[in-house]
Amino acid sequence: MQIPHNVEPRPDTGLYNAKLGLWLFLASEVMLFGALFSSYILLRVGSPEWPMRQLSVPLGTLNTFVLILSSISIVLAWASLKERDFGRFKLWQGATVLLAVLFISIKAFEYHDKFTHYYVRLQDGREMTGHLEGQPFNLTLAKLKALPTPPKELSFTPDAHEGKRGEHGEPVRLELAQITKLEAFGPWRNTFFAIYFVLTGLHALHVIGGIVVLGYFWGPGSRMWRTEPERFTNRVEVGGLYWHFVELVWIFLFPTLYLL
Amino acid sequence: MSLKAFHVLFVLSSILLCFGFGGWAIHDRVHGGNLLEFILGLVSLACGLALIIYFKAVLKKLRHISYL
Repeated sequence: MQIPHNVEPRPDTGLYNAKLGLWLFLASEVMLFGALFSSYILLRVGSPEWPMRQLSVPLGTLNTFVLILSSISIVLAWASLKERDFGRFKLWQGATVLLAVLFISIKAFEYHDKFTHYYVRLQDGREMTGHLEGQPFNLTLAKLKALPTPPKELSFTPDAHEGKRGEHGEPVRLELAQITKLEAFGPWRNTFFAIYFVLTGLHALHVIGGIVVLGYFWGPGSRMWRTEPERFTNRVEVGGLYWHFVELVWIFLFPTLYLL
Repeated sequence: MSLKAFHVLFVLSSILLCFGFGGWAIHDRVHGGNLLEFILGLVSLACGLALIIYFKAVLKKLRHISYL
């Protein structure tokens, strides 16, 4: 049995099946991300103070450039199929997948950086942010005290003061008994980090989904080109539409979270 | 909306972001921001210009493809 409108568009909608389905899916995605962006705005305007400049602008900028390049490469992959050049399609589609993997790698590095960056409060009321010696991942006071032989003191390198971003002060020794709070900059740190990890985590999941789908079209899925080239070209277009949505979300996320 | 139309929308958004980020970086530097971010801002302005050139080229390349 032949399913109609796999290749040719329906006369009433002007779209073939996969494109119509994808746009319906993207409409639900707009509602999902729209709700989260609305939450961000409401939390921010309702907060008496909001942490600024908590993220690495150079890494965010690099990731933005990576996604812009991948949008170009995926359109060139689709255009290659339109021009019946399968070899060039493989090249551009492969480049898109590699750029997506690069984006996720940079994001993972950023996350790791946050989980090795600590807030410390001492008994005398002093508060500091910085890094612990050895860069332990997501350490807490409870975990430290639960060790068979807890250390008596910690070597802590505080962040520089305002106006010297990216620089660090001299390491200081902190007695464990003096520390009343120790936590990494995870989602529990404050409202900003909660919404940062939710928004960028959800976005990263979409990127991983994109890697799977675009990778499939580059690899085993590309066999369809030999039997149904028009349908395969439509599949690549639909994959490209999804990928552009994911990139467009980042175009809003970057200034919202990193710059403003 | 075809991939061509969505790409046009995306490239226009990216051009705006590149110039916006460039402006932000210059403003930040004037108020004591760090040098690396300022350099990235200048790179971003250059990318904005490059995207305008690319935008014209891609419209020409995809002129036979529908926006729907």
